[in-house]
Amino acid sequence: MKGTQKHVIIAGGGVAGMEAAGALAEMGYRVTLVEKGQDPGGHLLQWHALFPDSRPAEEVKSYLRKRIGNHNITVITGTAVEKIKHHPGGTVTVNLSGSKEEKADAVIVATGFDLFDARRKEEYGYGIYDNVITAPELETMFNGGRVTKADGSVPSRIGMIHCVGSRDEKVNNNHCSKVCCVTAVKQAIELRKMMPACEVFCFYMDMRMYGPYYEELYRESQEVHNVNFIRGKVSEASVNINNRLVIKVEDTLAGRPLKMELDIMVLMVGMEMAEAGTKLAVASGFRLGINRFLEAGDHHYGNNLSGVSGVFYAGTCTAPMNITDTISHARAAVAETVRYLDGR
Amino acid sequence: MNSDLFITPFNLGLYFILIYSVVRSTVWFMNLSRSDKLRLQRGFFGRPFMDSLREIFMESLLHRKIFKKNPLLGYMHMSLAFGWFLLIVFGTIEADFFGEKHLNPPSHAIFFRWFNPEHGAEGFARIYNVWMDLLLAFILSGLLLAVIKRFTPRMMGMKKTTKHTWTDRIALISLWLIFPSRLLAESFTCGAHGSGSFLTGNLGASLASFLPAAEIAPYFWWLYSLALGTFFFLLPVSRYFHIPVELLLIFMRNSGITTGDRHSSYTEVQTHACSSCGVCISVCQMSYAAGIHDIQSAYFIKGLRNDRDIAAITANCLMCGRCEEVCPVGIELGPMRLIERRQGEREDGKLRLAGKYAVTRIRSSIEKIPTQSFSYLAEEETEKADILFFAGCMTHLTPSVIVAMKKIMESAGVKYRFMDEQGGVCCGRPLMLAGRDREARELINHNSGIIWKSGAKILVTSCPICYKVFRESYYLEATVMHHSEFINLLIEEGSLRLGYLHRKVVYHDPCELGRGSGIYEEPRAVISYVAELQQASQERSMSLCCGGSLGNLTLSSGKRALIAADAARTLTMDSPDELITACPLCKKTFMQATKTKVSDIAELVAAALPKPLDKPVKRRTTRTTLNATGNG
Repeated sequence: MKGTQKHVIIAGGGVAGMEAAGALAEMGYRVTLVEKGQDPGGHLLQWHALFPDSRPAEEVKSYLRKRIGNHNITVITGTAVEKIKHHPGGTVTVNLSGSKEEKADAVIVATGFDLFDARRKEEYGYGIYDNVITAPELETMFNGGRVTKADGSVPSRIGMIHCVGSRDEKVNNNHCSKVCCVTAVKQAIELRKMMPACEVFCFYMDMRMYGPYYEELYRESQEVHNVNFIRGKVSEASVNINNRLVIKVEDTLAGRPLKMELDIMVLMVGMEMAEAGTKLAVASGFRLGINRFLEAGDHHYGNNLSGVSGVFYAGTCTAPMNITDTISHARAAVAETVRYLDGR
Repeated sequence: MNSDLFITPFNLGLYFILIYSVVRSTVWFMNLSRSDKLRLQRGFFGRPFMDSLREIFMESLLHRKIFKKNPLLGYMHMSLAFGWFLLIVFGTIEADFFGEKHLNPPSHAIFFRWFNPEHGAEGFARIYNVWMDLLLAFILSGLLLAVIKRFTPRMMGMKKTTKHTWTDRIALISLWLIFPSRLLAESFTCGAHGSGSFLTGNLGASLASFLPAAEIAPYFWWLYSLALGTFFFLLPVSRYFHIPVELLLIFMRNSGITTGDRHSSYTEVQTHACSSCGVCISVCQMSYAAGIHDIQSAYFIKGLRNDRDIAAITANCLMCGRCEEVCPVGIELGPMRLIERRQGEREDGKLRLAGKYAVTRIRSSIEKIPTQSFSYLAEEETEKADILFFAGCMTHLTPSVIVAMKKIMESAGVKYRFMDEQGGVCCGRPLMLAGRDREARELINHNSGIIWKSGAKILVTSCPICYKVFRESYYLEATVMHHSEFINLLIEEGSLRLGYLHRKVVYHDPCELGRGSGIYEEPRAVISYVAELQQASQERSMSLCCGGSLGNLTLSSGKRALIAADAARTLTMDSPDELITACPLCKKTFMQATKTKVSDIAELVAAALPKPLDKPVKRRTTRTTLNATGNG
C-alpha cells in the first residue's frame, strides 16, 4: 500500500459483510465492520446444518469468524448504520446509531434480509396455535437434538409449507426467496432420518431446485427418505378437538381439495428486505426496486454498484441468495471497491 | 326585424320538451311493474306527494345536500336552479299582473320586457323591477361560478369534474348563453326606452349612450330565444335531462319504489337523473388512492345512458358505497352496478333491441354465461342449538378471531354450536357481488336448511359479508347478529365480565357492516367499554374501504395495496395503539398496510377478559395457570 491505509466501512456483519471484511483486510485495507446485533454472523447463527450436503453450519461459521480475525478489522457490534453520504473529494461519512459519525474512503452495504413475519399470514395460525413453527425454529430444535410438539410429545406427521411470504401478491411479495425449497427438502430429510416413524409432507407451488446438487437432493428425499410432496398452496389451518392441526389444501395434481391432520406445521418463511436496510436506504437516497430490495446500478454487470460513488452493495440486501452466492457477491463487491479506491 | 317572430325557437323548444317529457314519462310509467304502478298511483294522492314537493324544493331547487358538502358549489347550483325558478314564477306573475291580459302564453312572461318596454317607471312596478333585476343578478353570479368551475375545478373545491360529450357541450354553451343574452336583450330594450332597474336600466343606459340600442336589442332577443330553444331541444340527449327527470325520480322514490335486481323504468329514470356533478368522483378511493379515473359512478351512469360497452367499468368497483352515500340525487348506485354485473357482457344497443324480439338470441345470450352447480353438497345432519355461530370463510383465514370468539362465549357461559367449525359452505354473497345470483341461491338454500334445522334463535357471524347476506337474502327465523352486536348484548345483559385496557384505539367501520347494514353504534359501545376510542376523520357512513373488497375481481394487488395504505394512513393519523375493525377481510388487508397493530373487535374484547387467576378458584396446577399467575 502506498501512503496511508485506506479505510472501508461495512454495514452489516452477516455472511456478506464478514466475507467482504476478510477479503479487504487481507489486501491491507483498514476495515470497520458494523453489526447491529450482539454478534456477527447474521441469520447463519441460527442454522444447524446447510444444504445441499447437510454439512454442519458451524464449519462455515468458524470460517467466517477466522476471516474477521485479521488485525486490520475493527468490529463494532450493537450498532446500526443509519445514513451514508458521499462528499465531493471522495470522503464518505457514515452515521452510526448513537450519533457517532465515521469517515471512510468507501462503504459496502451488506444489511441483508429479514425473515418474513409469519403472523402476517394469519390463516396459517403462527402465534395462535402451539405447533406452528418456522423453518429457523425447526433448525433451533435440530441444534437441541430433539423435535417435539409444544407439549413435549413426539410428532407422527409434519407438514412443511413452502412459499410463506414469497411469491404471494397478498402480502405484497412477488419475489421468490430461492432458498426455501431446498431448505424444506433438507429439513424434511433430516426429520425423516431423526424420526423414521414420522411422516413428512411438503406442500409446494413449484420446486425450484436451481443450485448444484439440489435436484439430486430432491430426488433422494423421495426415493430414499419417502418424503411426500403435494403440489398445492395451503389455504388455512385450524385445530381440532385433539389439538391437532388441520390444514386445508388443494392437491392441484390430483385436482381435488384435501384436508389433513398434522402434528407440526413448519412455515418456510421467505426473505424480505431488512427493515434496518430500508431505513438506511431511505435516509441515504439509495434506490429500492419493486421487490423493495436495493436496486443495483446494473442488473447484469454492475450488480454491486449503488449509483452513489464510493458505496457498494454485497449480499442479500440486493436480492435473496444462498450462502455460496452471498460469498461470491461479497467478493465481487470487494473487487469493485478496490477498483474504485485504486482509480482515485 | 322588429317583429315577434324571434319567439318561435323558444316556443318550438318549449312545446317539444313538454310533449317529450309527457310521452317519456308515460312510457316509463307503462313499463313499471304492476306493483310499482300501484305504489306510484297511491303515492300521488297521499303523503309521499307532499314529501316529494318538500324534497324537490329542498334538493332540486335549494340543493341543500350539495350546500352542506360544499357551500360554494351549493350556491352555484342554488342560484341557477332556484334563481331560474323564481325568475319564471315572478316573470309569470309579472306578465299576468302588469301585462295587457291575464293567462298569457309562456313566451309573454319570458320575453316580458320586449312586449312591455316602458314598464316599471313608477310605483309598485318600479319596486317589482328591482326584484326581477336582483333575481337575474343572482343567477348570473351562479353562472360565473359555473364558468370558473368548468375551467378550474379546484377553485370550487372539486378534485375532478366529469368529461362532456358533444351534445353536453352544446347544451352547456346554450345554457350559459341564456342569461347573459337575456341581460343584454333587456338592457338594450330598457336603454332604448329609458326604463329598467339598477341592472338592466343602468347597463342599458350606458350601452345606449354609444350604441343604437333599439336596433341592437332584437338580435339579443333572438339570441336569448335561440339559446332557450336549443337548450330545450338538446335537453333529452344531454346531461341536463337530469333536471326534469330528477323530479320524477323524487316522486317515484317517495312512493316507495326501489331499484330491485333488474333493469326497469326506475333504473332508467335514475340513469337519466344523474347530473354528472362529479361528487362521486371526488370521494372515490379508486380515483384518489389508486389513480384509476375512468370507472367512477358518474362514468358508469353515463355509459348506461349512452348505451356504451361498460363491462370493464361495471366490474372494476370496490362496491364500498361511498359514492352512493354522497350522491346528491340519491341514485342507488350499488344496486345499479349489481344489475349490470348480473347482465354479464353488455350487448350493443341495437342488437339488444333486435334481441328483444328474437327468441333464439335471448336463449343464446343466456347460454353464454357459464353456470355452476353445487349439487354435490351433501345434506348435513344438524344438532339443535339456541345459538349458532357461523365464522364464515374469511374468518377461517383469521383464526385469532375464532379463538377470541370462543373465549368470549365460553367466558359468558354461552351454549352455542359452531356451525362451520369443520369448514362450511359459503354464504353466497361473493357470488351475488359477482352477479351470479342463481349459484348464490343454491348456497343460500343449503345453509338455510342447516340453520332452520338447528332451531337456533340467534345466528352469530364474525363476517360482515355473511352478515349482510344472512339478513337480506336468507329467510330465517333466527335473529342474525354480527359478533359486535352479540358481544354488546352479552355486555348489556351482564354476562361478560371485562377489565379495562389502557389503550387508545381507532375503529374502522367495515363497508358491509356500516354502510351496508347500518351497524355503527354497537361496535363503538363495545370498544368504549374496554378501551379508549379515538375518532377517525372518515368514519361511519363515510368510512373508507380497506381495499380488500370482494366486490372487485379485476383490481390488481398493487392497486389494492395503494388503497389499503391510504386508508390505513388516514385511520392511524392520531397514532392509536391499535386499529380495530370488525371484519376479517379488513383485518387481513390492513395487516399488510400498516405497522400499527390491527385487531378484530373480538380480539380486543378477549384481551379484556379476566385472566384465569381472577376466575372462581380452581385448584389446578397446570402449566398455563402457573404462567398466568406469574404474569398476573
